[in-house]
Amino acid sequence: MAVTTDSSLKARAGAALAAPVVWLAGLLNVPLKTWQRATGTGGMAAFFLAPNMAIFGIFVLVPLVINFFYSATSGTAYFLQDRTFVGLEQYERLLDCASYLDPATCREDLFWKAVHNTGLFVVLQVALMTLVSVITALILNREIVARSFWRAVFFFPVLLSPVVVGLIWRWILQRQGLLNFVLYEFGGEPVNWLTERSWSIAAAICVSVWAHMGFYTLILLAGLQAIPRDLYEAAEMDGTRPARVFWRITLPLLMPNLLVVIVLALIRAVQIFDEVYVLTGGGPGTSTLYLTQYIYEIGFASLLRNPGLAAAASILMGLVLVVLTLIQLQLGRRGERKAARE
Amino acid sequence: MSSIVTFLSRRRDGRSWHWTDIVTWVWLVGGLIIMFGPAVWLVGSSFKTPGQLAEFPPTILPYVSQKAMVEGYDKPLTLYRVMQPDGSTKVMAEVRRVGIVAQMVDPEAPGEIVKVNISERRPVRQIGFATENYVEPLKKNDFLLYLRNSVFVTLTATLITLFTNSMAAFALSKYRFRGRDLVMVLIIGTLMVPLSVVLVPLYSVVSAVGLFDSLWGVILPTVATPTGVFLLRQYMLTIPDELLDAARMDHASEWQIYWRIILPLSAPALAVLAIFSVVWRWNDFLWPLVVLSRKELYTLQVGLNTYAGQLNVQWHFILAMTVVTMIPVVLVFVFLQRYITSGIAGSGLK
Repeated sequence: MAVTTDSSLKARAGAALAAPVVWLAGLLNVPLKTWQRATGTGGMAAFFLAPNMAIFGIFVLVPLVINFFYSATSGTAYFLQDRTFVGLEQYERLLDCASYLDPATCREDLFWKAVHNTGLFVVLQVALMTLVSVITALILNREIVARSFWRAVFFFPVLLSPVVVGLIWRWILQRQGLLNFVLYEFGGEPVNWLTERSWSIAAAICVSVWAHMGFYTLILLAGLQAIPRDLYEAAEMDGTRPARVFWRITLPLLMPNLLVVIVLALIRAVQIFDEVYVLTGGGPGTSTLYLTQYIYEIGFASLLRNPGLAAAASILMGLVLVVLTLIQLQLGRRGERKAARE
Repeated sequence: MSSIVTFLSRRRDGRSWHWTDIVTWVWLVGGLIIMFGPAVWLVGSSFKTPGQLAEFPPTILPYVSQKAMVEGYDKPLTLYRVMQPDGSTKVMAEVRRVGIVAQMVDPEAPGEIVKVNISERRPVRQIGFATENYVEPLKKNDFLLYLRNSVFVTLTATLITLFTNSMAAFALSKYRFRGRDLVMVLIIGTLMVPLSVVLVPLYSVVSAVGLFDSLWGVILPTVATPTGVFLLRQYMLTIPDELLDAARMDHASEWQIYWRIILPLSAPALAVLAIFSVVWRWNDFLWPLVVLSRKELYTLQVGLNTYAGQLNVQWHFILAMTVVTMIPVVLVFVFLQRYITSGIAGSGLK
C-alpha cells in the first residue's frame, strides 16, 4: 500500500514538473498548425530538421570546410579575413624533412616528434588494449558467479572523466605515491614513473588502457555471447581440446567484433589527448607529446602560435582518421550483409 | 566458513576445478583491485591532511594529529609521543620547531621547555577525516562556481540535445523528402570528424558568432550529436507508421504527433541518450579548455586541471575536488549502468 502511494506521489510530482512544458508545447501547436497548413507535411519535415541542422551546419560543417582555408593561410590572427593566403606553404613546412625517421632533421621537429610518439603509442596501446580486452571478455563469458558485477568492475573507469583519470594516476605514480610504496614494501627502489622518459610512455599507455578497456570488453563480450551454443556442445561431444575450440570456433566467430574493436581503438588512440595531458603534460621533455596536444599548443597555447600550421596538421591527422573510419564502416557493412545472409 | 568456501568454489556445471578456473579468479580479483583500487585510494587520500599526504610510507587510513590546550599558550598545541632516555615514552606538546630540534612542553608541567630532536618523537593521532579539504576549496576558491558551471552546461546541453536530436530523428525516420539521404550521409560522415580535427576553425566560428568565453560557447557546438540522431532514428523506425496515420485521421497536427506519440514512445532511447549526454558533457575537457578564458566560467574539469597544473600543487584540495567531480558519474554508474552497457553492446556508441 505504502509503495503505491509513494509511486503515485512521484507520478504526480513528475506531472506537476512537466506541466509548464506540456502547456508550452500545446501553445506551440497553434502557429505550427498554421505553418503545416501553409507548407504541407514536407514543410513540417523541414521544421523538425531545422534546429539540429542549423547547429550542425554552423558548428560542424562550416568549421570542417574552412579548416582547409585556414591551412592555406599564415599569420597569428584567428579571423580568416585577417590572414594572408600562402597556398600549400604550411604543408610544405610540415613535410619538410631530411629524414622522416629522425624528427631532429625536420623543419617542424615538434610535429614529427608528436607523429613518432603517436605512432609508437598507437601500436603499443592498441596491441595491449586488444589483448587485455579479449582475455577479459573470454573470462567474463565463462560460467562465473555474479557475472554482471564483474562486468561492471571492468567497465567502471570508462565513465570517469579524463581529467579525473589523469589526476588519480598522477597521484598514484608520483614519487611518493602508492605504486612506489608497494615497490618499497617488496624491497624495490622507487621509480620516477612520470619523469623518466620510457616510464612516462609506459604510464601513458597503461593508464589509457585502464581507462578504456571496459568499453572494448563489452563489445567483445556481446560478440562472444552471440556465438551459437550448439557449436560448443558439438565440439564437446567430439572431445575437441579446449585450445582447439578456441582457435577453430571462438576466434573465427569473434573476428568481426575483434576487427571493429581494433579499428575503433586505433581511431581513439590516434586522437589521444586529455588523460595523458593531465597525467604528464606531454613530458618529460616531449616524450609523451601526442598529435592532438601539438595541434592544441600550436593553435592556442604556445607563444609560437600558428593557427594555419595547426589546421594543416589537423587535416593530415583527419586524413588518417577518415581512412580508418572508412575501414570501420566497411567492416560494419560486411557484418550486416553476413547477418542478412544467415 | 566452510560453507562459504563451498559456495564460492561451486561450479554451475558441477565439474571439478580446472587450471583455467584459477586463472579466471586471479584475473577477476586482480581486475577488481586494479580497477577500483585507484579510485578507493583517491577517496581515502582526499581525507588526509597536507602533512599526512607528504608522508612516506603513506598510511592506508586518514589520521589527524591530536591537539591539546596547554596552560600559558593561546592556541592548541600538537601532541607528540617523545622517547625518553630510559626507553619509555611520554606525551608532550610542541611549542615551536627550529630545524630538526623541537621545543616542547609537558602538558602537566607547562613551565619548563624541553628541546627534543624530531627523530625521537612520533605524533599522537587517531583516525579522522580532514573534511576541510572539501569545505575550503568550495568556500574560498572558485570550486563552487566551477561546480555550478558544470551542472549548468551538462543539464542545458542534454536538454537541447534531446530536443533537437529527437526532432531531427523524427523527420529522418517518418518523412520522405528530397535530400533525406544527403542529410543522413552528412550526419554519418561527421561521425568521423573528431573535435581535435576542427579545433582551430571551430574556435574562430564560435568567436565570430560572439560565443567565445561564454558557457553557451561550450554548450552549442556539442549538442547536434550525430550519434544521438542516429540512435533515436534507429529507434523511431521501429514505431509503426499506422499509429501516425491513425492520429492524422483524427486531425492531429504533425507537431502533436511528434509531441504526443513519438516522444513518449521513444522514451527508452531518449533515456539512453540522456544518460550518455550527461556523462559526455560532464566529462568534456578539451573544448571548454579552448573556449573559456575567464576563470569564473571554468567548468570543474578545466578548473581542476588549472589547479593541478600550478607549480605548487595543493594535493589535498585537488584530491577532494577530484572526488567531487567523480560523484555524478559514479551515481550514473551505480544506478544506470545497465542502460549504458546495453547501449554500447547494441550500437557501439560511446
